[in-house]
Amino acid sequence: MTDPIAPPRRKDPLKRTRQPTLPPAERSRKAHGLIRPAAEGRFMLPRCGECGTFHYPPREACPACLSFNVKLADAPAGGILASETTIRVPSEVYFRERAPWRAGIVTLDCGPAVIAHLHADCTLGARVTLSLQLDRSGQAVAFAHPATRTPNMADDRQWRELTADPKFRRVLVTDARGPVGLAAVKALKAAGAGTVFAGVPEQWKPFAGEAELRTLEGVSIVPLDVRDDRSVRDLAADIGAKVDILVNTAAHIRPGGVLDRDGLNVVREELETGYLGLARLAQAFGPVMRARGADGVNSAAAWVNILSVYALANLPAYGAWSASQAACLSLGQSLRASFRPGGLKVVNVFTGPLDIEWFQTEPPPKVAPAALARAVVDALQRGLEDVFVGDVAQDIHARFIADPKALERELAG
Amino acid sequence: MPTCDLSGFAEAIASGEIDVVDLTFTLSPDFPVIVMPPEIGQSAPVRIEEISRYDAAGPAWYWNNLSFGEHTGTHFDAPVHWYTGRDLPNNSVDTLPTRHMIAPAIVIDCTREAVADADFLLTVPFLERWETAYGRIPVGAWVLMRTDWSKKDWRAYSNLGDDGAHTPGPDAAAMQWLVIERDILGFGTETIGTDAGQGGHLDPPYPAHHFLHGNGKYGLQCLTNLDRLPVRGSVLVAAPLKVQRGSGSPLRVLALVPKEVA
Amino acid sequence: MTRPEPQATRTPYDDVVLVAPVTVPYVRYSIEGAHWWIGRALQALTREAGIAPGAIDGLCLASFTVGPDTAIGITQHFGLCVRWLDHVAMGGVSGIISLRRAARAVQARDADIVACVAADTNHPDSFRRTLSTFSRFAQDGVYPYGSGGANASFALIARHYMEKFGATREDFGKIAVSQRSNALRNPNALMKTPLSLDDYMNARPISDPIHLYDCVMPCAGAEAFLVMRRETATQLGLAGARLLATIERHNAFSDDPIQVRGGWAKDIGELYAMASIRPDDLDVVQTYDDYPVIVMMQFEDLGFCGKGEGPDFVRQHDFTIDGSFPQNTSGGQLSVGQAGAAGGHLGIVEAMRQVRGAAGPTQVAGARLSLASGFGMINYDRGLSSGAAILGGDNA
Repeated sequence: MTDPIAPPRRKDPLKRTRQPTLPPAERSRKAHGLIRPAAEGRFMLPRCGECGTFHYPPREACPACLSFNVKLADAPAGGILASETTIRVPSEVYFRERAPWRAGIVTLDCGPAVIAHLHADCTLGARVTLSLQLDRSGQAVAFAHPATRTPNMADDRQWRELTADPKFRRVLVTDARGPVGLAAVKALKAAGAGTVFAGVPEQWKPFAGEAELRTLEGVSIVPLDVRDDRSVRDLAADIGAKVDILVNTAAHIRPGGVLDRDGLNVVREELETGYLGLARLAQAFGPVMRARGADGVNSAAAWVNILSVYALANLPAYGAWSASQAACLSLGQSLRASFRPGGLKVVNVFTGPLDIEWFQTEPPPKVAPAALARAVVDALQRGLEDVFVGDVAQDIHARFIADPKALERELAG
Repeated sequence: MPTCDLSGFAEAIASGEIDVVDLTFTLSPDFPVIVMPPEIGQSAPVRIEEISRYDAAGPAWYWNNLSFGEHTGTHFDAPVHWYTGRDLPNNSVDTLPTRHMIAPAIVIDCTREAVADADFLLTVPFLERWETAYGRIPVGAWVLMRTDWSKKDWRAYSNLGDDGAHTPGPDAAAMQWLVIERDILGFGTETIGTDAGQGGHLDPPYPAHHFLHGNGKYGLQCLTNLDRLPVRGSVLVAAPLKVQRGSGSPLRVLALVPKEVA
Repeated sequence: MTRPEPQATRTPYDDVVLVAPVTVPYVRYSIEGAHWWIGRALQALTREAGIAPGAIDGLCLASFTVGPDTAIGITQHFGLCVRWLDHVAMGGVSGIISLRRAARAVQARDADIVACVAADTNHPDSFRRTLSTFSRFAQDGVYPYGSGGANASFALIARHYMEKFGATREDFGKIAVSQRSNALRNPNALMKTPLSLDDYMNARPISDPIHLYDCVMPCAGAEAFLVMRRETATQLGLAGARLLATIERHNAFSDDPIQVRGGWAKDIGELYAMASIRPDDLDVVQTYDDYPVIVMMQFEDLGFCGKGEGPDFVRQHDFTIDGSFPQNTSGGQLSVGQAGAAGGHLGIVEAMRQVRGAAGPTQVAGARLSLASGFGMINYDRGLSSGAAILGGDNA
């Protein structure tokens, strides 16, 4: 039985904030193949294309038949906890300051024995379910959960190291003026977040969800215009040290490529809000978040970018905006590296066309803002790094993985 | 030929005999700007980005990069701003006659009416009543419509509803009358725009812009401290930035107010 | 597919002997590098054998901490000109492997005198560095899971073994306690205080069920010996221990979900047949004792009892020097210390001394036949390598 975590107390100003440390990060290139399934929340193992044998740890050829035809394949995640230990004197600082730490060997139904981090409710000899997770070094690790749900499961200490669960964490939603921001605020509150700071640019302009936003308990409406240096810096000066999760919902979505527009004002605004907004937020909020990566139950944990799936491959109908999203995707990769010393996750939530005014003329299926918000919360709770929300985003992602050049041509119509 | 006593004028300013009233809002990023439908072009808001502040980027100095649309903050509208004034001579801020940058002003107090009705429209009868009380509006003067709108918080100041902004302004006839019958220099307001918030529904739409600029007149908007001006007797200094082919610019608007008049 | 059966019995070692058992006394931490310890061992070998350094024409080196050098760099470093060279990086089985390679080399006259040297230094952070880069699978699949190193890996094996076969901590404790008792007679042992079963049971947990006295103490030190033909030894006026039989095996029983046996179980028939003895002919046994659970496993896999009978075997025997089953008479790694790769040579060197009657205070009276084993390389979830050798005295 997992004890529920308690709400964090206020910080003791006389104590040094615990500095972030990281678990061992060295891996082979083959092992890096597990990062993608871990980032996407899939359980995959290397599987021989000839004899069908699953194996682990990743190898360069099938250990059963030496075939080179080995690919990652979705694998059954069930198994038995065959042995376990509680490590009390770890070698690395990261684990030593988190000791005791439980690990075990899971013999999977599909064959391999996998050394895994253990949920506290996993018992020797019992059935467990494995998942691949990203640890604070951004490396894929196996985690064993009890096969059936247990009370307060998400509060497990070792599990919480691998996730960015919003429970008790304070979240800044950068733009709550639009439907996505409002939905995100509501979903995060429902997931047990502490204060949700709802950024609203140009508060002199009314907006549709304003009345509802003002009635939400534990939501603090704050002035934030990601296009404005001073606004971003001023807010960071006020609440920067209290932001544990940042969800960037600011976007300037307009149809069209550059040929059919006069001038660059719209392009600039897309970049101003999207790319430069992200950069401004990162400069203002990033350093203190990175420094607070190990700051207790409500340590800084994640940076969430809401991106168009057309960041991967340009949708010419929204050509300039797609390009701005590609810029954000690339900057997100930079942020991942920059946040790594703090152990923070950069979560990219990719979506297809949303059910909002700027995609009014796009055919269905479209993603409802509430569904996008649920995906954000789910990603944080499960510790995902790349999430594709809705059928269009999943379709584009799959096609991008399969053949980016073909996808480029197909999107051109 | 009589010569002006400029040194006396300077002394009067130095001594406070002439008060210098600042009619300008601080130029800042959070000051409301005109709202246009989002699918068409937008004015860039004011942005101030620090270059250095006695730091690694510049150890001994502080300075900023500044960017803004021509029609942000307390600003000036030149005739070229509107299609009706596009073909006039000297219609942009870099060519407008410098003597127009210093001119007398009269103040039409509509405060009571604006409190009662955010959509208050200034009419010819209202102006005629004003003339009855204070005398004829002089040729070549700035006509300033006082509403105390500048005292509101930004939300109430922009006063946006789902059918657009609701702020006071002139009706078409009043504007035409001021421009044609009184040959004023320009028209100034405390609100965002020389026109009423709902001015787009008048005939012609945006009559202040239409008639002012079509006749080579100017606009001043987002003025403040109009309550510190006398009804008559003040002089405005309103010199926009000399922006090449500029349609307007943020500017510092100063009013010279003789003590005995105030 | 089936594996072809061996076509013939293996070539006997005939007159291969091991001479000049050398131990460079261990220290917990050394400010010296591995090369210093290798040099000390080489010098001790030449002095013990009374030969000039130039007489050594073969070298087989084992060391975790000699990097970036390997055996090749050591030849120039110490002025050796050898015609046969090997570097064995197999951890705890390096001793047996070195011996096997060297024996065939001298037998085939590829070399006349092969020095088998194992030496490692130990700095305060050496052990962590060794753990973090131990193997690719460890890096990919073990070390990131709590960085418990070998302690955690063996804890997983021990927990499972205890569950499956009913071994208790007291059983493991008996092994540790008896080895400590042996070590108290070995002046080179780092552990100098008696260990009671209570001490063992009450020690602090390291990685459950592994507690402090289940673990070896990493230290700096060296073990070494010379391998040559008996004729060479005779010419030099040296007496040696005869090599009667050896085995090695890697990655055996890979289908066992969790390790319950080492590769010895596959090969002991051949081991004893080659030596023409039975297990109970042995007078003294030197098991590879990185953890007591592995010692217990070896009692089974080396044929002293059946699989799963290890706990009972432990309960029925006395493992002290004068006991019913003298085992790890030097005190073993558990009480002497683990000088890196030298841990795999410790048992061989002690067995050499025992069968020559030269073990001094740890001598088992009348010992003529001894077995030394090696075990090593927790590459991922299990020790991959096993090996054993049987040595005999002159009259064995």
